[in-house]
Amino acid sequence: MSALLETEALTVRFGGILANADISIGVNEGEILGLIGPNGAGKSTLFNLVAGTYRPTSGRIRFEGRDITRLPPAVRCKLGVARTFQVVKSFETMSVLENVVVGALVRFTSTRTAREEAYRVLDVTGLTRRAEANARDLTPPEKRRLEVARALATQPKLLLLDEVLTGLTPAEAQKGVELVRKIRELGVTVVMVEHVMEVVMPLVDRAIVLDLGRVLAQGAPQAIVRDPKVIQAYLGDRFHA
Amino acid sequence: MANAATIAQILMSGLLMGLIYALIAAGLSLIFGLMDVVNFAHGEFLMTAMYATFGLVVLLSLDPLVLSPIVAAIMFVVGAFCYRVIIVHAMCARTNVGMVQVFATFGLAIVIRGLAQFVFTPDYRSIPKSWLGGQTFSIFGVYMPAPQLAGALASLLAFGALWLLMKRTDFGKALEATREDAGAVGLVGIDRNRVFAMGWGLGAALVGLAGAILSIFYYIHPDVGGPFALIAYVTVALGGFGSVFGALAAGVIVGIVEAISATVLQPSMKAIGIYAVYLLVVFLRPRGLFGH
Amino acid sequence: MASAFETRRRNQLIIAAAVVAVMIALPLGVKDVYVQNILVLTVMYAALSQAWNILSGYCGQISLGHALYFGIGAYASTLLFVKFGIIPWFGMAAGGIFAAAIALLVGWPCFRLGGHYFTIATIVLAEIGLILFLNWSYAGEASGLQIPVSGDSWLTFTFLRSKLPYYYFALGLAAVVWLVTYFIEDSKWGYYWRAVRENTMAAQSLGVQVFRSKMAAAALSAFFTAIGGSFYAQFVSYIDPDSVMVFQFSLLMALPAVIGGIGTLWGPPLGAAILIPFTELTRSYMGGGGKGTDLIFYGAVIMIIALARPEGLLSLVTRTRHAPP
Repeated sequence: MSALLETEALTVRFGGILANADISIGVNEGEILGLIGPNGAGKSTLFNLVAGTYRPTSGRIRFEGRDITRLPPAVRCKLGVARTFQVVKSFETMSVLENVVVGALVRFTSTRTAREEAYRVLDVTGLTRRAEANARDLTPPEKRRLEVARALATQPKLLLLDEVLTGLTPAEAQKGVELVRKIRELGVTVVMVEHVMEVVMPLVDRAIVLDLGRVLAQGAPQAIVRDPKVIQAYLGDRFHA
Repeated sequence: MANAATIAQILMSGLLMGLIYALIAAGLSLIFGLMDVVNFAHGEFLMTAMYATFGLVVLLSLDPLVLSPIVAAIMFVVGAFCYRVIIVHAMCARTNVGMVQVFATFGLAIVIRGLAQFVFTPDYRSIPKSWLGGQTFSIFGVYMPAPQLAGALASLLAFGALWLLMKRTDFGKALEATREDAGAVGLVGIDRNRVFAMGWGLGAALVGLAGAILSIFYYIHPDVGGPFALIAYVTVALGGFGSVFGALAAGVIVGIVEAISATVLQPSMKAIGIYAVYLLVVFLRPRGLFGH
Repeated sequence: MASAFETRRRNQLIIAAAVVAVMIALPLGVKDVYVQNILVLTVMYAALSQAWNILSGYCGQISLGHALYFGIGAYASTLLFVKFGIIPWFGMAAGGIFAAAIALLVGWPCFRLGGHYFTIATIVLAEIGLILFLNWSYAGEASGLQIPVSGDSWLTFTFLRSKLPYYYFALGLAAVVWLVTYFIEDSKWGYYWRAVRENTMAAQSLGVQVFRSKMAAAALSAFFTAIGGSFYAQFVSYIDPDSVMVFQFSLLMALPAVIGGIGTLWGPPLGAAILIPFTELTRSYMGGGGKGTDLIFYGAVIMIIALARPEGLLSLVTRTRHAPP
């Protein structure tokens, strides 16, 4: 498997705070990668760096071998990097279908074909029933699904999911897990930032643990959960900056 | 030919008028900072205060300066009333909140203008005799017209009082808290509607104070508020929406820029200086000088 | 599945055709010049408001300085006609293109501004335009320009005897801008503009180039607004800065869209159809004597509509997607 995305010594400073320090990771094509770590570890920062919302202080990001460090989010989306937002940002006055069409339009110039694609994506994400509903009227889990559907409609090669499973009931979380698996089967590489370990660990092929802005450990989930460094980071005594 | 004396005069005139602009803008900034509403009837509040001063002068034969606290109090009631009766409904709008406030207050502005015309006719009015009218002080050859000076001093006092109010009183803290998170304050027992109403009252009182003093040296007519309102919007935006003391700094800048423009360009084009400065500032700082 | 959507779209066109047919027939029985005047103004404001709606309704960038483009259109065609003898049809096109260019020029620095800062910038730019024209001797300064009207001519687009030709042109313009909006509604631009309006960050993450989108909306909006301005100049045969470039006028261009339903296809024409006759009638019946009662009434109605129906009056007629349930 080749590396779809690579970061090279990625460092970002916000004011005096070193949010990400010297992070060099790779995302392999076709995998589901978990990005985990305790609060304040810098997961969201790294996520936003890859998505293009933040610019790094130093370091590089390569996607399919191409340097995307300076590229804005809209261009990254065209290249095949899509993301969801942790705080859902649906287009409230538009219908569910129209929300997804916006995503599809990056690949289809005709609204008719974009709509067809949107219906396909709604089917995959289980929102077909709600196609005509106002996005504003959706339940929170449905809104989250819409976030994913919209991003999926851009036909990404890499999909970044920001805490899509957090705060769901066990039943909803299970459905979410199935959706992520379905997305991978469609050929999309997935990176998930997550908190809910019990749900995420069985799902991901590989996990990267961040702590205090640095990579603490990476590898198969079973190994990660037994890694003493990881256990200490989550549970043990730590010096706080 | 600009010599030191001319420059000093321009700066002084600009400073005095700028402080008055700041006072007018303060109310607008306060209301906006509190509840994210741009009051398009702000110029009409100013006009109302001027007419109120005029009316009281006619009725009571007192000097406008003496009447200014009374006018401010009247305007406080007017502002609170407008909130309670009108604006509170604009806040409830679930869609399109931005445009609702613009046009609800725009409608209010027209109503106030109509009322002014109804009660006072469109004729230009003025206050013929006042303590300060026509008087001028001078320091080192720099002239300061008494009404403008009084306005500038009133402005400084008002901002000082506002600062004390915000930092030292419970009401001020409630105001600040509501500004930060209007949704949450109910949880700590603050009635947000009451705070909003008081905010509107306070904002109107500030512009009322300015109006009372302006009436000493400006003609009063139903459309007098327009140009002042425009300057007030630009001042608030220049200072940064949400920063009342940013409005103070911005007001002074606007006053001085206006005074310089009136000399450097033709007087009829003096506003271009202010507008150019606004565009330049927001180009470099998209949230104004001190905006959040 | 496609057919339900396509049926809705087709129905819009049918309704539009019906409305246009009625509007074409409407003035034929009207001899009263005063009523003809109201009709012309109504369709003109429908066109202007619909043009404004493109940038401020669909794309969500609230401009309260559109009088600038109206004035540019009015002055461009009038100057070309009065000074160079170029017929207004070319002048109109020139004015439209020039206004679009100005919109792009000012958009470049202004579209990085958000919300209120942007709106104030639009007001400021229009005021700058007003001041410049008030001091431009070539354009007549405050006295403005007079368009010589010698008789009826479609070539020079001046008519002395009847207002009907003006009415039909304005109706045509309103129909064209409506049609443009109709196509926008189901186009990539339309979706992208609405996405920018709703949530810029989300739009970017979906590949929308926000800045480019805003610029396109601004240019299109300015173009049609300017053509409306050129039309107005021909209609009244006399323009001055205080009638075509003032802030009040910017608000009046926006008002029908807001009253009718901002960001909707039928909002602006509906708003214009209600607001303009209402404005003119209150002014005529209640405005006499300068008592201001017309203003009190007019202002009160605007307030009430803005507060009672923030999504616009269109929601009374149809359940549009923008109305709250």
